[in-house]
Amino acid sequence: MAKTNKNDIQKGVGLHARRVIAYVVLIIISFFCLFWFYIMFINATRSNGQLQSGFTAIPSTNLLKNWNNLVHGTLPIWYGMFNSLIIAACSAVLCTYFSTMTAYAIHAYEFRMKRFIYPFILMIMMIPTQVTALGFIKLVTKMGLMDSFIPLIVPTIASPVVFFYMKQYMESALPLSLIEAARIDGSGEFRTFNSIVLPLMKPAIAVQAIFTFVSSWNNYFTPALILHDDKKKTLPILIAQLRAADWLKFDMGQVYVMITFSILPVIVVYLILSKHIVQGIALGSVKG
Amino acid sequence: MKSNSGGKAVRYNKWGYIFLIPFIVVFVIFQLVPLVNTIYNSFFENYMSGLTQVGPRFVGLDNYKALFSSGDIWTYFKNTMVLWIMCFIPQIFLSLLLGAWFSDVRLKLKGSRFFKTVIYLPNLIMASAFSMLFFTLFSDGGPINSLLMQIGFISEPYKFLSHAGSARGLIAMMNCLMWFGNTTILLMAGMMGIDTSLFEAAEVDGATSTQVFFKITLPLLRPILVYVIITSLIGGLQLFDVPQILTNGTGDPMRSTMTLIMYLNKHLFSKNYGMAGALSVVLFILTTVLSLIVFKVTGNDKRKG
Repeated sequence: MAKTNKNDIQKGVGLHARRVIAYVVLIIISFFCLFWFYIMFINATRSNGQLQSGFTAIPSTNLLKNWNNLVHGTLPIWYGMFNSLIIAACSAVLCTYFSTMTAYAIHAYEFRMKRFIYPFILMIMMIPTQVTALGFIKLVTKMGLMDSFIPLIVPTIASPVVFFYMKQYMESALPLSLIEAARIDGSGEFRTFNSIVLPLMKPAIAVQAIFTFVSSWNNYFTPALILHDDKKKTLPILIAQLRAADWLKFDMGQVYVMITFSILPVIVVYLILSKHIVQGIALGSVKG
Repeated sequence: MKSNSGGKAVRYNKWGYIFLIPFIVVFVIFQLVPLVNTIYNSFFENYMSGLTQVGPRFVGLDNYKALFSSGDIWTYFKNTMVLWIMCFIPQIFLSLLLGAWFSDVRLKLKGSRFFKTVIYLPNLIMASAFSMLFFTLFSDGGPINSLLMQIGFISEPYKFLSHAGSARGLIAMMNCLMWFGNTTILLMAGMMGIDTSLFEAAEVDGATSTQVFFKITLPLLRPILVYVIITSLIGGLQLFDVPQILTNGTGDPMRSTMTLIMYLNKHLFSKNYGMAGALSVVLFILTTVLSLIVFKVTGNDKRKG
């Protein structure tokens, strides 16, 4: 209703006014996207006493003190950082390499099972990991892999979403004649994949490596079920622990530094690579 | 379609199977076996009563009966749906609006790359950290309450997390912030894919931008809209990190923010495997049905290969 009215008004006021409205709305929305992070950065620089005394938008000088308190506190944050990094980096590498391989198998070869396997992979794309969590825990326990990173890294090899993206990309970037040419030159199939297909797929691999890294870095549900040893925990688990602690006794400056510490790496990487990431999102879903 | 050039291709095609091995092996071990095991477990009584293990003992469909008759699952299903709808309506509205603006060639918005970067940013933020941030920001003595008091909007702190409405509102707002950028970019890509001659023809005929949006853009966007709605619904059913961290897993106030996956997580942690299995199977069926709809809607596009 309101929308129709608004648009009726827009009809009269023409392009210029519509542009002004668009800018105003976009600025307001951008403000709402960034405001929270701004307060987070500000508050990370303020001492507990300053934080209790009220809101301000001006940074203070206690960032290093808060940071030192956090590092020497009870939370094993360096372990958390390190573990998160290892798991996310290994997942990104394995996931993109093997997803490209799977996509290549479907893209470049004609075989009988292909008619069943391709639709099958697309069907399982949407099944959430949570619904198999019970069997997953039991399996991991039986394999003796509790508190190990393997059950968090290896399963990413079979990730239908990344596979689908790679498949889409191959259709536009990998001509089959190129593979034929490699064969005529006597290149083995495996070598062709590693030395011709992978380099051609670099842009797609980069985008998906970032996405896999970020989603592994942010993952909370599965790691929380697998990792129980303090030295094995990842950052999201530590955040949850921070939340579960009697937080009123906590130095709030430290809480803000901890939150900043866990999201800052992703923000920095994103800002550097934002152009590729934003372009990459649309490609991976349905074609327009 | 690719044409096989004689028998030469056949020699290579076994490599199709070889390259599929890693995917298939990992899929079978880490997804298929757990899935079958989950379904199997849902037919057994198997839980911890204090320190003693009860079961596993085959009980048929008793877990399902207990699950549906206790009423909890309906409450949590309702919560999940309410949270999803509260998040999705503003999200789709914003996304359609922004998508239309970004893809409008006549509007020629400057700095649209900057805006796209900004609106997509929250999507990459660790949901648990984002939720923890909101928890501290909106706590009784937190910055938002101080801010609202300093500008004289309220006289005493508003307990955001003690009222069902505001707690749900916060969760919906966080999710909306995290996902509207993604939806905008998907819809925008869809809008850019529409043949521009249609817009030009409409312009020549003197159509207003409102008419163009409702008569051309929206109908042509239908497949991608269905895709966005269903995938968002599947994502909504999986809602976990944000409410879990915000309420420390309690789903307070009065279990009004307890979602289905939080319920599952609770069963998994208390080792109540029978019930966890039954709940997982219900969720699995639900998502499979929704996925099949997505598959049907977009399938024609994807199967081209």
